[in-house]
Amino acid sequence: MTAMCDVAFLLLSFFILATKFKPPEALSVTTPSSVSSKVAPEKNVVLITMDKEGKVYFSVSDVNKQEKKDIIDEVNTAKNLGLTDAEKKNFSNNPTAYIGVAFSQLKSYLDKSPDQLKGLSLPGIPCQDSTNNELTDWVRAAVGAFQGGHMNLLVKGDDAAKYPSFQGVIIAFKKNDQLKFQLITSPVAAPVGSELEKVQKAAGNKQAD
Amino acid sequence: MAEMDTSGGGGHKKGPGVKKSKKLSTRVDLTPMVDLGFLLITFFIFTTTMSQPTAMKLNLPKDTDKPDEQNKLKESAALTVMPSKSDMVYYYEGLDPSKLQSSTFKKNAIRDIILDKKRRTDPKDFMVIIKPTKDATYKNTVDILDEMKIDDVKRYALVDITPDEYKFVALTEQANGIK
Repeated sequence: MTAMCDVAFLLLSFFILATKFKPPEALSVTTPSSVSSKVAPEKNVVLITMDKEGKVYFSVSDVNKQEKKDIIDEVNTAKNLGLTDAEKKNFSNNPTAYIGVAFSQLKSYLDKSPDQLKGLSLPGIPCQDSTNNELTDWVRAAVGAFQGGHMNLLVKGDDAAKYPSFQGVIIAFKKNDQLKFQLITSPVAAPVGSELEKVQKAAGNKQAD
Repeated sequence: MAEMDTSGGGGHKKGPGVKKSKKLSTRVDLTPMVDLGFLLITFFIFTTTMSQPTAMKLNLPKDTDKPDEQNKLKESAALTVMPSKSDMVYYYEGLDPSKLQSSTFKKNAIRDIILDKKRRTDPKDFMVIIKPTKDATYKNTVDILDEMKIDDVKRYALVDITPDEYKFVALTEQANGIK
């Protein structure tokens, strides 16, 4: 009994220490898998999320509070949205804040309290074509805010999202000359007998990036 | 473990007037604690996320009109793949989209085609052009990009599909009854 109790609590302490809670995600996205083994960055992240219906959302990693503030300021000035300080704070101080509406609805969206936002279905940022691609403006603001530092441009898409959404995101990146970005995926091993496996073996099992 | 020594004073004899107090059992029942322990273990096992998400790098070619900035491509070394609906992939070699053939993501069919073309082509010219149609899912797009890495294809590009090519894909889909 005592021994079992010891083992049980040893396991318990291991899992308590090893666990890392997922931040509560308002958007549920099942990412596709890839053989890529590089861990996704967590800092200086500008994240574009595509949900299963192809709606596009924009968010910035929580640690970059100053950049978040700069982005919302920049968008406010560029688009004459007339956001109040409280509304801006709603974006820059909220750790899980993401933008999923057009500029025309941004003010009323940022007015809402977190409770009101729960379960609210957002239309997504319009970016399906190149003529009315509001994501371009968001990416431009982000590029400006991260100027001088390093920005990790990440795209997190759902398996079921259609290609045109992704194409819209690519257009927004290209217009801002952001030609390098990363796609978030869940890891899988390289298939047995594939070229990649040979390459990895040749490199002394050094993980190919 | 769960008992305590309560004999007090270890062998010290008590005086005649002192009443012997009734000894209470100090054994503690551990079962609820163990229960709780295992409950917590199960909770943490289920909530823990062991594998972190990974990131796949993607570089886009720059759109340019100047011919000397554009990448040159030999016709014989090009393979165009077009993922479309129902996990189908259409592909053609060279520059003539009317030679469209169909394949699928299932059972690594597309991998064999890419590898076959790779074997027949000079490695420094070989290039795969990826043109997902509007019916392709994001998963298809990532899968084909991943395929490039799996097959160790050095040169590949993600490009928009032309209306001409889409027409051929749509015709093939119609002919094969894929909805």
